[in-house]
Amino acid sequence: MEKLSISQAHQLLKNKEVSSVELTQAYLEKIESLEPSIKAFVTITPEVALKQAARADEMIARGDIKPLTGIPVAIKDLISTKGIRTTCSSKMLFNYIPPYDATVMERLYGSGVVVVGKTNMDEFAMGSSTENSAFFTTHNPYDLERVPGGSSGGSAAAVAAGEAVYALGSDTGGSIRQPASFCGVVGLKPTYGRVSRYGLVAFASSLDQIGPMTQDTLDAALVMNAIAGYDERDATSVPEPVPDYTSLIGKDIKGMRIGAPKEYFERGIESGVERLVRKAISKLEQLGAVVDWDASLPHTDCALACYYIIAPSEASANLSRYDGVKYGLSVRVGENVLEDMALTRQVGFGDEVKRRIMLGTYALSAGYYDAWYLKAQKVRTIIRREFDEAFKKYDVLVTPTSPTVAFKIGEKASDPYQMYLSDIYTLPVNIAGLPAISIPVGLEKGLPVGLQVIGKPFNEGTVLKVASACETKN
Amino acid sequence: MALSKEEVSRIAELARLKLDDGEVEKFTTQLSYILEQFQILQEVDTTDIPPTAQATPIKNVLRKDEVKPSLSVEEVLANAPDREGDFLRINTVLG
Repeated sequence: MEKLSISQAHQLLKNKEVSSVELTQAYLEKIESLEPSIKAFVTITPEVALKQAARADEMIARGDIKPLTGIPVAIKDLISTKGIRTTCSSKMLFNYIPPYDATVMERLYGSGVVVVGKTNMDEFAMGSSTENSAFFTTHNPYDLERVPGGSSGGSAAAVAAGEAVYALGSDTGGSIRQPASFCGVVGLKPTYGRVSRYGLVAFASSLDQIGPMTQDTLDAALVMNAIAGYDERDATSVPEPVPDYTSLIGKDIKGMRIGAPKEYFERGIESGVERLVRKAISKLEQLGAVVDWDASLPHTDCALACYYIIAPSEASANLSRYDGVKYGLSVRVGENVLEDMALTRQVGFGDEVKRRIMLGTYALSAGYYDAWYLKAQKVRTIIRREFDEAFKKYDVLVTPTSPTVAFKIGEKASDPYQMYLSDIYTLPVNIAGLPAISIPVGLEKGLPVGLQVIGKPFNEGTVLKVASACETKN
Repeated sequence: MALSKEEVSRIAELARLKLDDGEVEKFTTQLSYILEQFQILQEVDTTDIPPTAQATPIKNVLRKDEVKPSLSVEEVLANAPDREGDFLRINTVLG
């Protein structure tokens, strides 16, 4: 079976060439044969999937078929799925079964989707390779000795290997786009507030967004049509109307103003990545877009430090809930409840999570708050304003998604700061709350390279339009 | 070093994280290096720049104080490591 896109699978189901149960069985078989080498899934859910597929077939028989009906999807293991274990790839939640569904799951279920499993990730979404998973590392389908990127590495690998038609990921600093780039798939991080975070296990609440990881831009638009929109259960979700995201796919980009910020082609970028990204941008130029190769976002070099103060600060507060009292791992050998909590957290969290909790606790602590946390929030304002200024001149900005192709498993695992640099081009987008996509633009020595297209707030449609103009199938 | 071992131990205590001596040593080196790289923030002129806490224009989201259906006690406590009736059981608080 070749890799199907959502639109292809939909046609097959609609024309009754295949049933959802047959399609699901084919994907479950593919998962079974590929998982020993890819390891994209923490939990595979064949019984749930086949039941949902049978229900989807009933819907289709009634003529009630939506674009996602009956199509197998993989879900990152930090999106709450009622009755299906949700671990965040952490020992802390090894046994946690959510009593409710995330809003995105309710919306997907409303479309009659089929969940084939929950995908591996860096623990609590902290990392860029899945090597921080407490369970195992996922392998890149393009080269099994390399990482798939992270933190949504399991979702990216599952889509790239054809173990699911599409997947949901989450993106706090690049966790959808960087693995999409490494695995040669499309990954869209929506505008902050566009997709409900209700039921998304919180990492950094002012930065987190859920988004689609798909075979192409049309599929990303179809998933956005299903999951985007206001939700009263997420106070940061924005009551903006949801357009049909497919409407601008493949449309003429003639005359569009595109900025290629020079700071994104400077620091530590691999020559092969730079060559393919410049080639993709030249293609946009040939299609009639007006490209400014000299665009500038001068404070780009501060984004990494700004992000790594703000995100860990929010994480240190969010992760205080893991105390061994209400759910999850609980170590009860201390003298009293406080010792139990400290022991539970020592055993339950991996090194990167501990580093970030401590970094955040430090930045928020008395005497350091102004110098670190407040300072980072002010720099955040500067970075946002630079994007605002740039978007007076340009419709979209285009950059490489990551400075490198997928690196070798183990290559950066012992140096946390080197790992942070992998997200240097994606972090600024979260700081400013903007929508951005990564699309594959070719292979460098057999490994995928991604182009990032960044848009104005709530301009996902424009981002998809530009991305669709230069997408190539790997 | 930007951080001493004593500071790392104090931060860990604030964060309710127990660390062994090896962890204190390792995190002191790593966190010090990371904070040194982040000194770049201190060089940015932020005079008269207000802080940004979140990127949406939304402020003060309120809802009506109405009772709505919610999870049952049984559902909420289903994942509890230890319970007694409708309560969570924990170790001694004092002592």
